[in-house]
Amino acid sequence: MFTETRKPRLRDKLLRSPLMSVLTGPHGVDSYTELVDPAWTNREARATVLAVRRQTSRSVTLTLEPNRLGERMFAGFRAGQHLTLTVEIDGRRHTRCYSPANGENAGLIELTIGRHDGGLVSSYLYDHARAGLVVGLGAPAGDFTLDSAAQRVLLISGGSGITPVLSMLRTLRARGTATEIAFVHYARGPEDVSYARELAAMADVRVLFGYTRAAGGDLVGRLDAGHLDAAMTDPDAVYVCGPRGLVDAVRSHHPSARSESFVPPVFAVPAETSGGRVSFTDSAVSVDDDGRPLLQQAEDAGLQPQSGCRMGICNTCTRRKTRGAVQNLTTGAVSTADDEDVRICVSVPVGDVDIAL
Amino acid sequence: MTIALTTPVEPTPVERTLEKTVDGTTVRMSAEQVEAFGAELDAIKERVIADLGERDADYIRRMVKAQRGLEIGGRALLYLPPLWPVATAMLGLSKIIDNMEIGHNVMHGQYDWMGDPALQGRVFEWDTACPAEHWRHSHNYMHHTYTNIVDMDRDIGYGILRMSKDQKWNPYFLGNPVYAFLLMVLFQYGVALHEMETERIRAGEITVGDKREVLKEIWHKTKKQTLKDYVAFPLLAGPFAPFVFAGNLTANLMRNVWAFMIIFCGHFPAGTQEFSIEETKAETRGQWYFRQILGSANLTGGKLFHILSGNLSFQIEHHLFPDLPAHRYAEISGEVRDICRRYGIPYNSGSLPKHFASVVRKIVRLALP
Repeated sequence: MFTETRKPRLRDKLLRSPLMSVLTGPHGVDSYTELVDPAWTNREARATVLAVRRQTSRSVTLTLEPNRLGERMFAGFRAGQHLTLTVEIDGRRHTRCYSPANGENAGLIELTIGRHDGGLVSSYLYDHARAGLVVGLGAPAGDFTLDSAAQRVLLISGGSGITPVLSMLRTLRARGTATEIAFVHYARGPEDVSYARELAAMADVRVLFGYTRAAGGDLVGRLDAGHLDAAMTDPDAVYVCGPRGLVDAVRSHHPSARSESFVPPVFAVPAETSGGRVSFTDSAVSVDDDGRPLLQQAEDAGLQPQSGCRMGICNTCTRRKTRGAVQNLTTGAVSTADDEDVRICVSVPVGDVDIAL
Repeated sequence: MTIALTTPVEPTPVERTLEKTVDGTTVRMSAEQVEAFGAELDAIKERVIADLGERDADYIRRMVKAQRGLEIGGRALLYLPPLWPVATAMLGLSKIIDNMEIGHNVMHGQYDWMGDPALQGRVFEWDTACPAEHWRHSHNYMHHTYTNIVDMDRDIGYGILRMSKDQKWNPYFLGNPVYAFLLMVLFQYGVALHEMETERIRAGEITVGDKREVLKEIWHKTKKQTLKDYVAFPLLAGPFAPFVFAGNLTANLMRNVWAFMIIFCGHFPAGTQEFSIEETKAETRGQWYFRQILGSANLTGGKLFHILSGNLSFQIEHHLFPDLPAHRYAEISGEVRDICRRYGIPYNSGSLPKHFASVVRKIVRLALP
């Protein structure tokens, strides 16, 4: 499927005109149009779920139709890249990174999301995703992309790492530039392989499966030189995506392999209450946590963040915590999720913390 | 001045008893009682925060939807002159909900936990002449931190009225009722000018030049609001322009008068207390809660009344927990009232006519020395 970026229609031109900005001020056009259709926004990229498939008992595949802004952002998608998906769960927005499985130049975004234990967003999508659901989208990013000159390409993935590699596989087949393609995928067992039927139908690709918790695969045991040779000897380019161990194993045989590794987010709060590293990322300043509220530590580090009441009520000092956990001294609540706004005057770090300040 | 927190990271505040005479009755609490009282209120806050979720998100989105619906409906119907009264009322209600239940509350950060950029307290802008950034400073910080401390809380009289007998009288205040009436009618511009600190300019402490940047920001916002309500929408109506102009003017007036009444009933009715800088030095959190309760007054009414007041009808609960979603105040007010009763703290609550009448009496009485 190939979709050219369409010219903005008259309606969109009108909505973006200075007159509309005056008429809809101060809230903006989007705050009215999104009431008609939650995906009708010009300033936020969003997408509507068109279809939901559960290919395996541990994954869910979503087909997403981006809105106009999302479409423009997604037009530059290169196979292997990832993008962010934002969903609202119990009133709170959560953002996660996923690699689309569709090839380049696709109009629709296809995400296959593996449900992992304790994974808030993946579990939510597995249980609740339905056609019509509207989600937030981020621009595609990442350097795990295809080298267009390669003729003999070896692709390797493990578990949910299949998605960017499948995107590459689909793109290579559509381009027709590679003379030889091999694809090796490791899964717990045959019932855990997404896209099994599609892969089986690819007569022009050498597809090999290795199962870590079941018998019957094409490859036995963990990845070794024999597996790689069975797939392709002397490839021009090797791409691998999966757990750290798989990536390292491939690299020991093919040092130039391009790779991406998924690191599941850590939700646990470190036992140490202070002594972590506090990074004020916008200012490129970091300090050792001394247990006091972030505002005081920032000020002592020579920064001058906005602040007001210094007791957690006026909301002047609120900043985005991009990574790590903090505890609110007035409520005792611990914020562990990445990208949450916190009142730095009453928040103390719990372990390492990054603050956009 | 910094208000100390009862956390291990702050120096321990000076231990002392609390004493305040309200209408001839003296409220006395020992340091231990103040601490226990503060802990009970903290517990309510913790419980509500732990419970925040979809219900609160749905509530504020319903409000936004209702407001946008009233606004679009009102503006559309204004182009049909026979429907002028209905259309104007709809637009007026939309502005009231935008400013009170949505704007004021969102800017307090009540919905920050949702992570929705459209409902972020730090960036939200509202449909009134006052720049949201100014409001966040003068209201969220100054007024809510130093509530009812004479010479600290500029909401006591907004720099133009005498609302406390502790404010020194001078002949300028003979005009108190006139200034109050003008402030009511032009309330959005009065609020917009709040950060100008005109009382300090009058006193010669600062000059207009010191406030050039502030004035520029006020002009920038007011210009956009004026362009929308008094130029763009009327002109689009062609021959009906005068009707649209008058409708928008009336809708703004409705919002001005309503907001003035609700806000003045929050801190100025008979029974609300003022405090001195001296008596509020090094407050503990419990003492701060105590001041918020004595300095605020609630209004009684039905569900719709509470929504249109932005739940500022629960002014006491709002001042205790300015960052809890306002629709929760009704649910916790019984508990707060019970805590006040047990500690012997007056909980000021009355109807809008009763409280507003006492505010008007105060404005007139304080015109004289």
